Amino acid sequence: MSSYGNSVRVTEARRVAIFGGTHGNEMSGVTLVNLWMKNSAEIQRKRVETKPFITNPKAVEKCTRYVDTDLNRAFTPENLSATGGDDLPYEVQRAQEINKIFGPKGSPEAYDVIFDLHNTTSNMGCTLILESSKDHFNLQMMNYIKKAIAPASCLVLLNEHPLLKYSTSRSVAKHPVGLEVGPQPQGVLRSNIFEAMRVILKHALDFIELFNEGMEFPPCTVQVFRVLERIDYPRDANRNIIAMVHPNLQDCDWEPLNPGDPMFQTFDGKTIRYQGTGTVYPTFINEAAYYEKQQAFTTTRREALVASAIRKV
Amino acid sequence: MEVDEVVCLPRLSRVAVCGGTHGNELSGVYLVRELLKVKKEVMEEEEEEEPLSVLMVLSNPRAVQQCRRYVDTDLNRCFTHATLNGPTSGDVPYELIRSRELNATLGPKGSSAAVDLVCDLHNTTANMGLCFIAYSDCDWICLHIFRHLQRKMPDIPMRYIHFEVSNKESYSLDSVGKHGFAMEIGPQPHSVVRSNIYTAMKDGVQHMLDWVCFFNSGTIFEGECVDVFTMIKHIDYPRDSETHNITAAIHPQLQDRDFCLLHPDDPLFQTFSGETLRYKGTEPLYPFFINECAYYEKGIALSLARKRRVMIPAIRVQTEQERQAAAQESEEEEEE
Repeated sequence: MSSYGNSVRVTEARRVAIFGGTHGNEMSGVTLVNLWMKNSAEIQRKRVETKPFITNPKAVEKCTRYVDTDLNRAFTPENLSATGGDDLPYEVQRAQEINKIFGPKGSPEAYDVIFDLHNTTSNMGCTLILESSKDHFNLQMMNYIKKAIAPASCLVLLNEHPLLKYSTSRSVAKHPVGLEVGPQPQGVLRSNIFEAMRVILKHALDFIELFNEGMEFPPCTVQVFRVLERIDYPRDANRNIIAMVHPNLQDCDWEPLNPGDPMFQTFDGKTIRYQGTGTVYPTFINEAAYYEKQQAFTTTRREALVASAIRKV
Repeated sequence: MEVDEVVCLPRLSRVAVCGGTHGNELSGVYLVRELLKVKKEVMEEEEEEEPLSVLMVLSNPRAVQQCRRYVDTDLNRCFTHATLNGPTSGDVPYELIRSRELNATLGPKGSSAAVDLVCDLHNTTANMGLCFIAYSDCDWICLHIFRHLQRKMPDIPMRYIHFEVSNKESYSLDSVGKHGFAMEIGPQPHSVVRSNIYTAMKDGVQHMLDWVCFFNSGTIFEGECVDVFTMIKHIDYPRDSETHNITAAIHPQLQDRDFCLLHPDDPLFQTFSGETLRYKGTEPLYPFFINECAYYEKGIALSLARKRRVMIPAIRVQTEQERQAAAQESEEEEEE
């Protein structure tokens, strides 16, 4: 009998995966997963099978983001059902293999939870990425993690935008969790970033263990940043970038950006200001991989999401 | 050397500013593009003859286009005499073709036709501030330019790094000119341009070109002392004997502490199981290029240098008379 009137029942999380190397040059995840594939003691918990997995081994071997196409955009329904075998781009083939092992995406056989480990050149600190505002299990997990690492901070980015949402590797699971830690240059391993990611995963797995043992988690409110809009660099007629992120905005992820605030600085020193109608909270500021995706930063707005009480079925 | 002796050096008529030698070191890429654009606009307005010829060069266009360090092989290792002039067979790496093209334009290396000064622009993921990297610790031109930048940009930490490599063995683009140095600025992730780093590079290049104009117009630059960091050795990451993968990261107490003296027994690495590995050398040395991304594949976690004071003499440009006298002298020497 639940102590909380509207407790949501969620199936036990028996199968969990930890993905590293979805982008082959994001080194914290690659290193952690390789470590755990050799010795998984640290990630073992009662009542759950946790599988560490390198999703893009060719990209990891070349220390590059991807070989043919971005794996973390590849899990579309079209790609997952495409025929063509070896003629398909490498990452599309990989997406199909991953979907077979950890999915099929959307089916009852899919893995319960997938943690997908990423680094960013942006000064985002520890960020958890949520794909649905209605995933009460994930919301409760994120609330647990935030409380566990306090006073250190871990923010939640919600990408539920109908146009800007994308088909991630983790989306194969019932409860996809993105973990983004920065700033770290591509191809570089910084020990503070590595340890921060490790600690977050420890708490995430602790939560799953407690949940599987039958603990009921009361309703809670989780502060999230909801994705609004992608802002590109100013470009000339030939699509060349003509300005950089302004020094006042550089490294100011999650801080308010008000209309009129400096946003870009041209190569000859002029300031271009933010022309929006209200205050936004920018993130992914100056992420290396996003120059080709036409993204200088992403705007978000703050929102409080209420998570129902949850307990296992 | 007399304290008040002024060394007279030939004028610097041709200077090359090179960016994109590594295609993902973006400050130099964007700066060269911007300087080329400005130059084009200036020349469209006025067909004035410049007293100083400045060549702006995008060294590795294919790597720039792909936003990678290199396509086949590191361009900045392709400028030894042997590589530039040796025979080639089979598939020639793109960068080898490019190094020969650059040698033809800016060199030939070692000849009197070579440009007077090469400034090669680089970025590093290491927290090194602005560094001059040169083969010589007695190239008075480079050392005076360095001092000039230090005076003009007091808010930017600046160091002069010396790699003790003979002329015969010198391998980088800056060795093609009669004088040359790399201007290395960090920290900046590869494939990213940070506005503060770009601005520092832009200002550094401008001050360098200003100095060259002052020098050519007869200014005497007084002698003084400069701290020079001479590279002694590299240290690699600890690696797994089978997979060759690294088994530790730069220790958090060393990360970002380039040019902070490293003493025997100071922490160097932290293994993934949390153990601290310490510096086993007997001499305190200055670390730099700490955790430079591109050096993982070269087996370098950090480099170590010794610091010493170098006395640089006063210098000024040779007068026309002095130049002719020097030319006659070298002709007579050749005839003997």
